[in-house]
Amino acid sequence: MSFLNRQSNILDFTLSSLLRRKGKNLALTIVYSFVVFLVASVVFFVLSLKREATLALRDSPEIIVQRMMAGRHDLIPVVYAEKLRGIRGVQRAKPRLWGYYYDPTSGANYTVIASDDLKESPGEVALGAGVARTMGSFEGKVPFKAHDGSFVNLKVKGVMASESELVSSDLVLMNEGDFRMLFNYPAESATDIVLSVRNQKEFATIAAKIAHDLPDTRPILRDELLRTYDAVFDWRGGMVVVVLTGALLAFVILAWDKATGLSAEEKREIGVLKAIGWGTGDVLLMKFWEGAAVSLTSFFVGVLAAYVHVYFGSFVLFEPALKGWSVLYPKFALTPILSAFHVGSIFVLTVVPYTVATIVPSWRAATIDPDAVMRA
Amino acid sequence: MEMRKSQTFLLFLAACCVLVALMYAHAGWRQRADAAELETRARVAGYHGLTDLCLFTDARYTRNPSMADFNTAFQDSPLSLEHFPSGSVLGIPPHLKHRGAK
Repeated sequence: MSFLNRQSNILDFTLSSLLRRKGKNLALTIVYSFVVFLVASVVFFVLSLKREATLALRDSPEIIVQRMMAGRHDLIPVVYAEKLRGIRGVQRAKPRLWGYYYDPTSGANYTVIASDDLKESPGEVALGAGVARTMGSFEGKVPFKAHDGSFVNLKVKGVMASESELVSSDLVLMNEGDFRMLFNYPAESATDIVLSVRNQKEFATIAAKIAHDLPDTRPILRDELLRTYDAVFDWRGGMVVVVLTGALLAFVILAWDKATGLSAEEKREIGVLKAIGWGTGDVLLMKFWEGAAVSLTSFFVGVLAAYVHVYFGSFVLFEPALKGWSVLYPKFALTPILSAFHVGSIFVLTVVPYTVATIVPSWRAATIDPDAVMRA
Repeated sequence: MEMRKSQTFLLFLAACCVLVALMYAHAGWRQRADAAELETRARVAGYHGLTDLCLFTDARYTRNPSMADFNTAFQDSPLSLEHFPSGSVLGIPPHLKHRGAK
């Protein structure tokens, strides 16, 4: 009981001491919370997107074969599909037709795919939810500018489900004939060829065989697609590293400021406390509570605000960076992924260094003579 | 009786802990609730043979980073001399980096 009373009394004194320097400590807590908020927002956002990619792309094509010419992706002859089918382990080789279409009216880019679903429906298209939104009111028909500058009106057969927007927002599905006519696509060519391979262990062998038999192609394995998203939002790359470096530097400055010494006022406070009978342990306990009060408050406020920002506020702060120059942007909500490891890491990286940085200089001040401290 | 400052602070910490617990509960609930939606996305991606998330539509190498070419000057590699802002967010797909090094 006396232990709890002692802690409670020291905490009372610490909070009163913090409140005496209200402005400074409030500003510190706000900045500290914002740093935690930024780091936690990035961590939550990245974790959710990675999981989203892993689950959404789990049934993507097992192997995609692209043709390369002069270092660039080029159209692949459809006859390559026959050669690929001849490779042991390949069950199916299907040429795909897809590409991009720039809509001059809206300024948006769409991904156009020739779909088997519309084999029997020439002159019709199915639109992704984002395309439908960008086009506004299309009254059943949408105009596409063909390769020769003429406009072709295609009837809208349907709009894809908004639940799939994260993968299908910018899609325009159309009949193969319409696709070839619109882009003047050569008859015996495709964009790439997708392979079905049942045995996952054979992927690497088949990829090596493709590279050997068709040296002007490059196979892309599904594992590589999935790993792409690990790398795309990797903490060591892109904007993520910019945010994390900023946060890290803020912590370094904060900790450095704390660790290099106490203000004259704080030193005098320690001297007075020691003079009226506080022991070194009591002073350190007070400083521990001071660090813990500021860092715990900042940690909780930052993490909770980050959760609200990413999962309730549609990560509004990241939106400008994510949208870039995109006119068409998918509307999607991320599924929260909370890992004890990541929240724990944020805690360890933010609360512990600050608390330690608060105690160390106080320990130095608390171990010297109170008279010397007050006179300094 | 007026509450002591320490009690108010501990109450605040307890409330934060409850909120963090609620955060975990909410995440679990949303994962179950969104399972059908995730399934729809996987089905659509599998059916149409989609290879990438539709996150950035401004450049083709950011729309489909996994399909991007090898590094070609001024184009077609995320984080190369960058024109589009989204290229600054994207990292280089590992298979391109790996092969490019060969």
